[in-house]
Amino acid sequence: MDLKEIIKRRREKFGDDLKAIKGKKKGLPTPEIPSDLFLVCPKCKKSIYKKDVREAHGVCPSCGHLYRLSAVARVKYIADEDTWEAFDFKIARNNPLDFPNYEDKLQQNAEKSGMHEAVLCGRAKIDGTKCILCVMDSHFMMGSMGYYVGEALTRSIEKATKEKLPIVIFTCSGGARMQEGMVSLMQMAKVSGAISKHAAAGLLYVTVLTDPTTGGVTASFASLGDIILAEKGALIGFAGRRVIEQTMRQKLPADFQTAEFLLEKGFVDMIVDRSNIKKVIGKILEMHG
Amino acid sequence: MNAWEKLALAREATRPTSLFFINSIFDDFLEFHGDRNFRDDPAIIGGIATLNGRPVTIIAEEKGNSLKEKSVRNFGAPHPEGYRKALRLMQQAEKFNRPIICFVDTQGAYCGIGAEERGQGEAIAKNLEEMMTLKVPIISVVLAEGGSGGALAIAVANKVMMLENSIYSILSPEGFASILWKDSSRAEEAAGVMKITAQDLAELKIIDEIIPEPDGGAQADPETVAKSVKNAIADSLVELCRVSPTKLADMRYNRFRGF
Repeated sequence: MDLKEIIKRRREKFGDDLKAIKGKKKGLPTPEIPSDLFLVCPKCKKSIYKKDVREAHGVCPSCGHLYRLSAVARVKYIADEDTWEAFDFKIARNNPLDFPNYEDKLQQNAEKSGMHEAVLCGRAKIDGTKCILCVMDSHFMMGSMGYYVGEALTRSIEKATKEKLPIVIFTCSGGARMQEGMVSLMQMAKVSGAISKHAAAGLLYVTVLTDPTTGGVTASFASLGDIILAEKGALIGFAGRRVIEQTMRQKLPADFQTAEFLLEKGFVDMIVDRSNIKKVIGKILEMHG
Repeated sequence: MNAWEKLALAREATRPTSLFFINSIFDDFLEFHGDRNFRDDPAIIGGIATLNGRPVTIIAEEKGNSLKEKSVRNFGAPHPEGYRKALRLMQQAEKFNRPIICFVDTQGAYCGIGAEERGQGEAIAKNLEEMMTLKVPIISVVLAEGGSGGALAIAVANKVMMLENSIYSILSPEGFASILWKDSSRAEEAAGVMKITAQDLAELKIIDEIIPEPDGGAQADPETVAKSVKNAIADSLVELCRVSPTKLADMRYNRFRGF
Protein backbone atom coordinates (compact mmCIF):
# COMPACT_ATOMS: atom_id res chain seq x y z
CA MET A 1 0.00 0.00 0.00
CA ASP A 2 1.49 3.36 -0.90
CA LEU A 3 0.96 6.64 0.89
CA LYS A 4 -1.64 8.00 -1.56
CA GLU A 5 -3.75 4.91 -1.17
CA ILE A 6 -3.59 5.18 2.61
CA ILE A 7 -4.64 8.82 2.58
CA LYS A 8 -7.48 8.01 0.21
CA ARG A 9 -8.72 5.21 2.44
CA ARG A 10 -8.49 7.31 5.56
CA ARG A 11 -10.46 10.08 3.79
CA GLU A 12 -13.14 7.61 2.89
CA LYS A 13 -13.32 6.45 6.47
CA PHE A 14 -12.96 9.67 8.43
CA GLY A 15 -13.52 12.41 5.82
CA ASP A 16 -16.93 13.51 6.98
CA ASP A 17 -16.04 13.46 10.63
CA LEU A 18 -13.07 15.68 9.99
CA LYS A 19 -15.23 18.13 8.08
CA ALA A 20 -17.73 18.11 10.88
CA ILE A 21 -15.05 18.90 13.43
CA LYS A 22 -13.58 21.62 11.25
CA GLY A 23 -17.05 23.09 10.82
CA LYS A 24 -17.31 23.55 14.55
CA LYS A 25 -14.09 25.57 14.39
CA LYS A 26 -12.52 23.65 17.19
CA GLY A 27 -9.26 23.66 15.30
CA LEU A 28 -7.65 20.69 13.71
CA PRO A 29 -7.95 17.43 15.57
CA THR A 30 -4.73 15.90 16.82
CA PRO A 31 -3.68 13.67 13.97
CA GLU A 32 -3.92 10.06 14.96
CA ILE A 33 -0.78 8.28 13.81
CA PRO A 34 -1.50 4.70 12.91
CA SER A 35 1.38 2.90 14.60
CA ASP A 36 1.35 0.10 12.08
CA LEU A 37 2.24 2.52 9.30
CA PHE A 38 4.22 5.32 10.88
CA LEU A 39 6.80 5.63 13.59
CA VAL A 40 8.38 8.51 15.41
CA CYS A 41 12.14 8.66 14.93
CA PRO A 42 13.80 8.59 18.36
CA LYS A 43 16.47 10.97 17.12
CA CYS A 44 14.82 13.66 14.99
CA LYS A 45 11.33 13.06 16.50
CA LYS A 46 9.70 13.28 13.09
CA SER A 47 6.89 10.97 12.09
CA ILE A 48 8.20 8.79 9.35
CA TYR A 49 6.59 6.31 7.09
CA LYS A 50 7.59 2.78 8.10
CA LYS A 51 7.83 1.59 4.54
CA ASP A 52 10.44 4.26 3.76
CA VAL A 53 12.52 3.11 6.72
CA ARG A 54 12.20 -0.49 5.65
CA GLU A 55 13.21 0.27 2.09
CA ALA A 56 16.26 2.15 3.33
CA HIS A 57 17.22 -0.93 5.42
CA GLY A 58 16.39 0.72 8.70
CA VAL A 59 17.73 4.21 8.07
CA CYS A 60 15.61 7.24 9.02
CA PRO A 61 14.95 9.08 5.73
CA SER A 62 14.85 12.35 7.60
CA CYS A 63 17.98 12.33 9.80
CA GLY A 64 19.90 9.16 8.91
CA HIS A 65 19.38 7.51 12.31
CA LEU A 66 20.07 3.78 12.13
CA TYR A 67 17.49 1.37 13.48
CA ARG A 68 18.63 -1.98 14.78
CA LEU A 69 17.93 -4.46 12.04
CA SER A 70 16.59 -7.91 12.65
CA ALA A 71 18.91 -10.67 11.48
CA VAL A 72 16.34 -11.68 8.88
CA ALA A 73 16.17 -8.17 7.41
CA ARG A 74 19.97 -7.95 7.46
CA VAL A 75 20.44 -11.24 5.65
CA LYS A 76 17.81 -10.27 3.10
CA TYR A 77 19.71 -7.09 2.37
CA ILE A 78 23.27 -8.44 2.45
CA ALA A 79 22.93 -11.82 0.73
CA ASP A 80 22.44 -11.90 -3.04
CA GLU A 81 18.92 -12.89 -4.01
CA ASP A 82 18.20 -16.61 -3.70
CA THR A 83 21.68 -17.45 -2.45
CA TRP A 84 20.99 -17.66 1.31
CA GLU A 85 21.12 -21.16 2.63
CA ALA A 86 20.55 -21.22 6.38
CA PHE A 87 22.32 -23.83 8.51
CA ASP A 88 20.09 -25.95 10.65
CA PHE A 89 22.49 -27.13 13.30
CA LYS A 90 19.86 -28.62 15.61
CA ILE A 91 21.62 -27.27 18.66
CA ALA A 92 19.65 -27.82 21.84
CA ARG A 93 19.02 -24.89 24.14
CA ASN A 94 20.31 -25.58 27.62
CA ASN A 95 20.06 -24.21 31.12
CA PRO A 96 23.35 -25.11 32.83
CA LEU A 97 22.60 -23.09 35.98
CA ASP A 98 18.99 -24.31 36.15
CA PHE A 99 18.31 -20.61 36.18
CA PRO A 100 14.72 -19.92 37.26
CA ASN A 101 12.31 -19.21 34.37
CA TYR A 102 15.12 -19.19 31.80
CA GLU A 103 13.34 -21.60 29.44
CA ASP A 104 10.21 -19.44 29.57
CA LYS A 105 12.26 -16.37 28.86
CA LEU A 106 13.84 -18.03 25.82
CA GLN A 107 10.40 -19.02 24.58
CA GLN A 108 9.03 -15.49 25.03
CA ASN A 109 12.01 -14.07 23.16
CA ALA A 110 11.57 -16.57 20.37
CA GLU A 111 7.92 -15.59 19.99
CA LYS A 112 8.66 -11.88 20.17
CA SER A 113 11.56 -11.92 17.72
CA GLY A 114 10.61 -14.78 15.42
CA MET A 115 14.15 -16.10 15.93
CA HIS A 116 15.06 -19.50 17.36
CA GLU A 117 18.05 -17.94 19.13
CA ALA A 118 20.18 -14.79 18.89
CA VAL A 119 22.10 -15.59 15.70
CA LEU A 120 21.39 -16.66 12.13
CA CYS A 121 24.09 -18.59 10.27
CA GLY A 122 24.29 -19.78 6.72
CA ARG A 123 25.95 -19.83 3.34
CA ALA A 124 25.46 -16.94 0.94
CA LYS A 125 26.90 -14.96 -1.91
CA ILE A 126 27.64 -11.30 -1.39
CA ASP A 127 27.92 -9.43 -4.68
CA GLY A 128 28.78 -12.72 -6.32
CA THR A 129 31.34 -14.07 -3.85
CA LYS A 130 30.52 -17.15 -1.80
CA CYS A 131 31.01 -16.91 1.96
CA ILE A 132 29.68 -18.02 5.32
CA LEU A 133 27.50 -15.30 6.84
CA CYS A 134 26.48 -15.03 10.51
CA VAL A 135 24.22 -12.28 11.79
CA MET A 136 23.38 -11.63 15.42
CA ASP A 137 20.01 -10.21 16.44
CA SER A 138 19.54 -7.84 19.38
CA HIS A 139 15.82 -8.58 19.45
CA PHE A 140 16.53 -11.97 21.01
CA MET A 141 17.76 -11.45 24.59
CA MET A 142 19.87 -8.49 23.47
CA GLY A 143 21.88 -10.74 21.18
CA SER A 144 23.64 -12.21 24.18
CA MET A 145 25.96 -15.20 23.73
CA GLY A 146 25.28 -18.41 25.60
CA TYR A 147 25.89 -21.99 24.53
CA TYR A 148 23.62 -21.86 21.50
CA VAL A 149 25.16 -18.73 19.99
CA GLY A 150 28.72 -19.83 20.74
CA GLU A 151 28.14 -23.29 19.27
CA ALA A 152 26.36 -21.99 16.15
CA LEU A 153 29.17 -19.51 15.48
CA THR A 154 31.86 -22.14 16.13
CA ARG A 155 30.25 -24.64 13.76
CA SER A 156 29.87 -21.94 11.11
CA ILE A 157 33.53 -20.94 11.44
CA GLU A 158 34.57 -24.60 11.29
CA LYS A 159 32.50 -25.03 8.12
CA ALA A 160 34.21 -21.98 6.64
CA THR A 161 37.62 -23.45 7.47
CA LYS A 162 36.68 -26.82 6.01
CA GLU A 163 35.17 -25.38 2.85
CA LYS A 164 37.96 -22.79 2.53
CA LEU A 165 35.48 -19.93 2.57
CA PRO A 166 35.71 -16.43 3.96
CA ILE A 167 33.42 -15.66 6.90
CA VAL A 168 31.50 -12.46 7.58
CA ILE A 169 30.01 -11.90 11.03
CA PHE A 170 27.66 -9.03 11.89
CA THR A 171 27.96 -8.54 15.64
CA CYS A 172 25.13 -7.12 17.69
CA SER A 173 25.19 -8.17 21.30
CA GLY A 174 25.06 -7.07 24.89
CA GLY A 175 27.82 -9.64 25.60
CA ALA A 176 27.86 -12.96 27.39
CA ARG A 177 24.51 -14.42 28.46
CA MET A 178 24.37 -14.04 32.24
CA GLN A 179 21.74 -16.77 32.72
CA GLU A 180 24.21 -19.44 31.56
CA GLY A 181 27.02 -18.30 33.86
CA MET A 182 30.47 -19.75 33.24
CA VAL A 183 29.25 -21.75 30.25
CA SER A 184 28.73 -18.41 28.49
CA LEU A 185 32.23 -17.26 29.41
CA MET A 186 33.68 -20.42 27.89
CA GLN A 187 32.00 -19.60 24.57
CA MET A 188 34.36 -16.64 24.22
CA ALA A 189 37.36 -18.98 24.22
CA LYS A 190 35.63 -21.55 22.03
CA VAL A 191 34.67 -19.13 19.25
CA SER A 192 38.07 -17.40 19.40
CA GLY A 193 39.72 -20.81 19.07
CA ALA A 194 37.70 -21.57 15.95
CA ILE A 195 38.76 -18.20 14.53
CA SER A 196 42.42 -19.05 15.20
CA LYS A 197 42.11 -22.19 13.07
CA HIS A 198 40.33 -20.29 10.30
CA ALA A 199 43.11 -17.68 10.40
CA ALA A 200 45.83 -20.35 10.35
CA ALA A 201 44.28 -21.69 7.13
CA GLY A 202 44.93 -18.30 5.55
CA LEU A 203 41.24 -17.46 5.21
CA LEU A 204 39.54 -14.09 5.44
CA TYR A 205 37.40 -13.05 8.41
CA VAL A 206 35.43 -9.81 8.25
CA THR A 207 33.50 -8.45 11.22
CA VAL A 208 30.88 -5.75 10.99
CA LEU A 209 30.26 -4.18 14.38
CA THR A 210 26.71 -2.91 14.69
CA ASP A 211 24.83 -1.26 17.52
CA PRO A 212 25.44 -2.49 20.20
CA THR A 213 28.57 -4.65 20.38
CA THR A 214 29.76 -4.94 23.97
CA GLY A 215 31.14 -7.12 26.75
CA GLY A 216 32.19 -10.67 26.03
CA VAL A 217 31.47 -10.37 22.31
CA THR A 218 33.78 -7.35 21.98
CA ALA A 219 36.32 -9.24 24.11
CA SER A 220 36.30 -12.19 21.71
CA PHE A 221 35.40 -12.72 18.05
CA ALA A 222 34.13 -9.18 17.32
CA SER A 223 37.65 -7.80 17.78
CA LEU A 224 39.40 -10.56 15.83
CA GLY A 225 38.46 -9.78 12.22
CA ASP A 226 41.20 -9.38 9.65
CA ILE A 227 39.11 -6.42 8.62
CA ILE A 228 36.82 -4.74 11.11
CA LEU A 229 34.01 -2.57 9.77
CA ALA A 230 31.54 -0.65 11.89
CA GLU A 231 28.20 1.03 11.38
CA LYS A 232 27.94 4.76 11.96
CA GLY A 233 27.27 5.70 15.57
CA ALA A 234 27.23 2.09 16.82
CA LEU A 235 27.93 1.59 20.52
CA ILE A 236 31.04 -0.56 20.76
CA GLY A 237 32.93 -1.26 23.95
CA PHE A 238 33.99 -3.69 26.62
CA ALA A 239 32.52 -2.33 29.85
CA GLY A 240 29.12 -0.71 30.17
CA ARG A 241 28.96 3.07 30.30
CA ARG A 242 27.29 3.09 33.73
CA VAL A 243 29.95 0.81 35.19
CA ILE A 244 32.74 3.04 33.90
CA GLU A 245 31.04 6.19 35.22
CA GLN A 246 30.75 4.53 38.60
CA THR A 247 34.39 3.39 38.57
CA MET A 248 35.80 6.70 37.38
CA ARG A 249 33.27 8.90 39.21
CA GLN A 250 32.98 11.17 36.21
CA LYS A 251 30.64 11.70 33.28
CA LEU A 252 31.79 10.31 29.98
CA PRO A 253 31.84 12.33 26.76
CA ALA A 254 28.88 11.72 24.43
CA ASP A 255 30.95 10.07 21.70
CA PHE A 256 32.63 7.64 24.12
CA GLN A 257 32.51 4.02 22.83
CA THR A 258 30.99 4.97 19.49
CA ALA A 259 32.21 3.55 16.19
CA GLU A 260 33.80 6.95 15.49
CA PHE A 261 35.65 6.85 18.84
CA LEU A 262 37.01 3.38 18.04
CA LEU A 263 38.06 4.48 14.58
CA GLU A 264 40.00 7.37 16.09
CA LYS A 265 41.64 5.09 18.66
CA GLY A 266 42.64 2.63 15.96
CA PHE A 267 40.37 -0.34 16.67
CA VAL A 268 38.17 -0.20 13.57
CA ASP A 269 39.29 -0.23 9.93
CA MET A 270 36.44 1.78 8.53
CA ILE A 271 32.98 3.11 9.22
CA VAL A 272 30.58 2.23 6.46
CA ASP A 273 27.15 3.66 5.63
CA ARG A 274 24.48 1.04 5.82
CA SER A 275 23.44 1.81 2.27
CA ASN A 276 26.96 1.03 1.13
CA ILE A 277 27.85 -1.90 3.33
CA LYS A 278 26.95 -4.71 0.95
CA LYS A 279 29.06 -3.13 -1.78
CA VAL A 280 32.06 -2.67 0.54
CA ILE A 281 31.92 -6.26 1.81
CA GLY A 282 31.47 -7.47 -1.75
CA LYS A 283 34.61 -5.60 -2.83
CA ILE A 284 36.62 -6.90 0.12
CA LEU A 285 35.57 -10.48 -0.60
CA GLU A 286 36.32 -10.06 -4.29
CA MET A 287 39.82 -8.74 -3.60
CA HIS A 288 40.56 -11.74 -1.36
CA GLY A 289 39.02 -14.25 -3.76
CA MET B 1 30.48 -23.65 53.02
CA ASN B 2 28.20 -22.12 50.44
CA ALA B 3 29.31 -19.94 47.51
CA TRP B 4 28.77 -16.70 49.39
CA GLU B 5 30.87 -17.84 52.36
CA LYS B 6 33.62 -19.00 50.02
CA LEU B 7 33.54 -15.66 48.26
CA ALA B 8 34.01 -13.88 51.59
CA LEU B 9 36.99 -16.13 52.32
CA ALA B 10 38.43 -15.53 48.85
CA ARG B 11 38.17 -11.78 49.34
CA GLU B 12 39.69 -11.70 52.84
CA ALA B 13 42.57 -9.24 53.02
CA THR B 14 44.89 -11.77 54.67
CA ARG B 15 44.61 -14.30 51.85
CA PRO B 16 48.01 -14.85 50.17
CA THR B 17 48.26 -13.31 46.72
CA SER B 18 50.20 -14.26 43.57
CA LEU B 19 53.56 -12.86 44.67
CA PHE B 20 53.54 -15.03 47.77
CA PHE B 21 52.92 -18.13 45.68
CA ILE B 22 55.54 -17.15 43.09
CA ASN B 23 58.17 -16.66 45.78
CA SER B 24 57.26 -19.86 47.65
CA ILE B 25 56.97 -22.17 44.65
CA PHE B 26 59.66 -21.10 42.17
CA ASP B 27 63.40 -20.40 42.29
CA ASP B 28 65.31 -17.56 40.66
CA PHE B 29 62.26 -15.54 39.70
CA LEU B 30 63.14 -12.68 37.35
CA GLU B 31 60.35 -10.20 36.73
CA PHE B 32 60.05 -8.74 33.23
CA HIS B 33 58.12 -5.59 32.53
CA GLY B 34 56.15 -3.84 29.84
CA ASP B 35 54.13 -4.52 26.72
CA ARG B 36 56.74 -2.80 24.46
CA ASN B 37 54.05 -0.45 23.32
CA PHE B 38 52.47 1.69 26.00
CA ARG B 39 53.62 0.98 29.56
CA ASP B 40 54.08 -1.63 32.25
CA ASP B 41 50.90 -2.72 34.00
CA PRO B 42 51.62 -3.60 37.65
CA ALA B 43 48.30 -5.50 37.91
CA ILE B 44 49.92 -8.33 35.93
CA ILE B 45 53.29 -9.75 36.91
CA GLY B 46 55.32 -11.60 34.32
CA GLY B 47 58.71 -13.20 34.17
CA ILE B 48 60.74 -16.38 34.21
CA ALA B 49 61.79 -18.73 37.01
CA THR B 50 62.61 -22.36 37.56
CA LEU B 51 60.41 -25.06 39.02
CA ASN B 52 62.38 -28.06 40.26
CA GLY B 53 65.15 -26.94 37.92
CA ARG B 54 62.97 -26.50 34.83
CA PRO B 55 62.63 -22.98 33.38
CA VAL B 56 59.03 -21.73 33.16
CA THR B 57 57.29 -18.48 32.27
CA ILE B 58 55.04 -17.00 34.92
CA ILE B 59 52.04 -14.73 34.34
CA ALA B 60 50.11 -13.60 37.41
CA GLU B 61 47.40 -11.14 38.31
CA GLU B 62 48.40 -9.43 41.54
CA LYS B 63 46.01 -7.48 43.76
CA GLY B 64 48.65 -6.25 46.20
CA ASN B 65 48.69 -6.41 49.98
CA SER B 66 49.25 -3.02 51.61
CA LEU B 67 46.87 -0.24 50.66
CA LYS B 68 49.69 1.52 48.84
CA GLU B 69 50.55 -1.61 46.86
CA LYS B 70 46.89 -2.27 46.09
CA SER B 71 46.62 1.19 44.65
CA VAL B 72 49.76 0.77 42.51
CA ARG B 73 48.46 -2.59 41.29
CA ASN B 74 44.98 -1.20 40.68
CA PHE B 75 43.57 -3.89 43.00
CA GLY B 76 44.50 -6.54 40.46
CA ALA B 77 42.32 -5.11 37.69
CA PRO B 78 44.50 -5.17 34.55
CA HIS B 79 44.50 -2.66 31.73
CA PRO B 80 44.90 -3.75 28.08
CA GLU B 81 48.68 -3.31 28.29
CA GLY B 82 48.73 -5.89 31.08
CA TYR B 83 47.14 -8.49 28.82
CA ARG B 84 49.48 -7.48 26.01
CA LYS B 85 52.50 -7.91 28.29
CA ALA B 86 51.15 -11.33 29.22
CA LEU B 87 50.79 -12.28 25.57
CA ARG B 88 54.27 -11.00 24.73
CA LEU B 89 55.79 -13.15 27.46
CA MET B 90 53.69 -16.17 26.54
CA GLN B 91 54.83 -15.94 22.93
CA GLN B 92 58.39 -15.63 24.19
CA ALA B 93 57.83 -18.78 26.26
CA GLU B 94 56.73 -20.61 23.12
CA LYS B 95 59.84 -19.46 21.27
CA PHE B 96 62.07 -20.92 23.99
CA ASN B 97 59.87 -23.95 24.62
CA ARG B 98 59.08 -23.00 28.23
CA PRO B 99 55.86 -24.09 29.93
CA ILE B 100 53.59 -21.25 31.07
CA ILE B 101 52.12 -21.03 34.57
CA CYS B 102 49.34 -18.47 35.13
CA PHE B 103 47.92 -17.33 38.46
CA VAL B 104 44.44 -15.85 38.18
CA ASP B 105 43.38 -13.36 40.83
CA THR B 106 41.20 -10.51 39.63
CA GLN B 107 37.68 -9.25 40.06
CA GLY B 108 37.84 -8.46 36.36
CA ALA B 109 39.59 -6.45 33.68
CA TYR B 110 39.55 -2.75 34.58
CA CYS B 111 36.49 -0.79 33.51
CA GLY B 112 37.78 2.70 32.82
CA ILE B 113 38.25 5.35 30.17
CA GLY B 114 41.90 4.57 29.40
CA ALA B 115 41.16 0.85 29.28
CA GLU B 116 38.45 1.42 26.67
CA GLU B 117 40.58 3.87 24.69
CA ARG B 118 43.38 1.36 24.47
CA GLY B 119 41.11 -1.54 23.51
CA GLN B 120 40.36 -3.68 26.55
CA GLY B 121 38.11 -5.90 24.46
CA GLU B 122 40.67 -6.33 21.71
CA ALA B 123 43.45 -7.14 24.18
CA ILE B 124 41.43 -9.90 25.85
CA ALA B 125 40.21 -11.25 22.50
CA LYS B 126 43.75 -11.46 21.16
CA ASN B 127 44.88 -13.47 24.19
CA LEU B 128 42.02 -15.94 23.76
CA GLU B 129 42.88 -16.45 20.10
CA GLU B 130 46.66 -16.66 20.52
CA MET B 131 46.70 -18.77 23.68
CA MET B 132 44.69 -21.35 21.78
CA THR B 133 47.59 -21.87 19.35
CA LEU B 134 50.63 -21.87 21.69
CA LYS B 135 52.71 -25.03 21.41
CA VAL B 136 53.86 -25.23 25.03
CA PRO B 137 52.03 -26.47 28.14
CA ILE B 138 49.83 -23.86 29.85
CA ILE B 139 48.57 -24.33 33.41
CA SER B 140 46.27 -21.77 35.05
CA VAL B 141 45.49 -21.70 38.75
CA VAL B 142 42.67 -19.58 40.17
CA LEU B 143 43.89 -18.38 43.58
CA ALA B 144 41.03 -16.29 44.94
CA GLU B 145 38.75 -14.54 42.47
CA GLY B 146 38.55 -15.25 38.76
CA GLY B 147 36.37 -12.53 37.32
CA SER B 148 35.01 -12.77 33.81
CA GLY B 149 36.98 -12.08 30.62
CA GLY B 150 39.73 -10.52 32.71
CA ALA B 151 40.40 -13.95 34.21
CA LEU B 152 39.79 -15.98 31.06
CA ALA B 153 42.41 -13.87 29.22
CA ILE B 154 45.10 -15.79 31.13
CA ALA B 155 43.18 -19.02 31.61
CA VAL B 156 42.99 -20.59 28.16
CA ALA B 157 45.10 -23.43 29.50
CA ASN B 158 45.67 -27.16 29.08
CA LYS B 159 44.83 -27.53 32.74
CA VAL B 160 42.76 -25.16 34.84
CA MET B 161 42.94 -25.60 38.60
CA MET B 162 41.25 -23.79 41.44
CA LEU B 163 42.05 -23.43 45.11
CA GLU B 164 39.28 -25.04 47.12
CA ASN B 165 37.74 -21.77 48.30
CA SER B 166 38.34 -19.66 45.23
CA ILE B 167 35.60 -18.64 42.83
CA TYR B 168 35.52 -18.23 39.06
CA SER B 169 32.57 -16.38 37.58
CA ILE B 170 31.17 -14.64 34.54
CA LEU B 171 30.73 -11.49 36.63
CA SER B 172 30.84 -10.63 40.32
CA PRO B 173 27.64 -11.73 42.08
CA GLU B 174 27.00 -8.03 42.77
CA GLY B 175 27.19 -7.24 39.06
CA PHE B 176 25.12 -10.29 38.16
CA ALA B 177 22.33 -9.30 40.56
CA SER B 178 22.47 -5.74 39.33
CA ILE B 179 22.14 -6.77 35.67
CA LEU B 180 19.53 -9.49 36.01
CA TRP B 181 17.50 -8.28 38.95
CA LYS B 182 18.42 -4.57 38.93
CA ASP B 183 19.37 -4.97 42.58
CA SER B 184 23.00 -5.48 43.62
CA SER B 185 21.96 -6.14 47.22
CA ARG B 186 20.76 -9.57 46.07
CA ALA B 187 24.40 -10.60 45.53
CA GLU B 188 24.21 -13.44 48.05
CA GLU B 189 21.25 -14.95 46.23
CA ALA B 190 23.14 -14.53 42.93
CA ALA B 191 26.21 -16.30 44.32
CA GLY B 192 23.88 -19.18 45.17
CA VAL B 193 22.66 -19.70 41.61
CA MET B 194 25.74 -18.78 39.55
CA LYS B 195 27.78 -22.00 40.08
CA ILE B 196 31.04 -20.22 40.81
CA THR B 197 32.71 -22.49 43.35
CA ALA B 198 35.54 -24.87 42.51
CA GLN B 199 33.21 -27.79 43.30
CA ASP B 200 30.43 -26.55 40.98
CA LEU B 201 32.89 -25.88 38.18
CA ALA B 202 34.63 -29.24 38.54
CA GLU B 203 31.21 -30.84 38.19
CA LEU B 204 30.57 -28.84 35.00
CA LYS B 205 34.08 -29.93 33.89
CA ILE B 206 35.02 -26.27 33.37
CA ILE B 207 38.00 -26.84 35.67
CA ASP B 208 40.17 -29.94 35.98
CA GLU B 209 41.44 -29.99 39.52
CA ILE B 210 40.72 -28.62 43.00
CA ILE B 211 43.67 -27.85 45.27
CA PRO B 212 42.68 -28.33 48.92
CA GLU B 213 42.83 -25.60 51.54
CA PRO B 214 42.81 -26.00 55.34
CA ASP B 215 39.93 -24.81 57.58
CA GLY B 216 39.92 -21.03 57.49
CA GLY B 217 41.24 -21.01 53.94
CA ALA B 218 44.68 -20.55 52.37
CA GLN B 219 45.24 -17.64 54.74
CA ALA B 220 45.24 -20.04 57.70
CA ASP B 221 48.33 -21.87 56.44
CA PRO B 222 49.79 -20.26 53.32
CA GLU B 223 52.99 -22.36 53.28
CA THR B 224 51.15 -25.68 53.18
CA VAL B 225 48.80 -24.44 50.48
CA ALA B 226 51.77 -23.18 48.44
CA LYS B 227 53.28 -26.66 48.69
CA SER B 228 50.04 -28.21 47.44
CA VAL B 229 49.94 -25.75 44.54
CA LYS B 230 53.57 -26.55 43.74
CA ASN B 231 52.89 -30.29 43.72
CA ALA B 232 49.79 -29.92 41.57
CA ILE B 233 51.67 -27.81 39.02
CA ALA B 234 54.73 -30.08 39.04
CA ASP B 235 52.63 -33.22 38.56
CA SER B 236 50.71 -31.68 35.65
CA LEU B 237 53.93 -30.46 34.06
CA VAL B 238 55.45 -33.94 34.09
CA GLU B 239 52.38 -35.18 32.28
CA LEU B 240 52.09 -32.25 29.81
CA CYS B 241 55.79 -32.10 28.95
CA ARG B 242 55.50 -35.59 27.45
CA VAL B 243 52.96 -34.34 24.90
CA SER B 244 54.16 -33.13 21.50
CA PRO B 245 53.94 -29.35 20.80
CA THR B 246 51.20 -29.67 18.15
CA LYS B 247 49.22 -32.05 20.31
CA LEU B 248 49.37 -29.58 23.21
CA ALA B 249 47.64 -26.92 21.12
CA ASP B 250 45.10 -29.48 19.86
CA MET B 251 44.40 -30.67 23.40
CA ARG B 252 43.76 -27.10 24.50
CA TYR B 253 41.52 -26.43 21.51
CA ASN B 254 39.51 -29.56 22.16
CA ARG B 255 39.24 -28.78 25.86
CA PHE B 256 37.44 -25.52 25.05
CA ARG B 257 35.68 -26.87 21.96
CA GLY B 258 33.71 -29.12 24.27
CA PHE B 259 31.98 -26.24 26.12
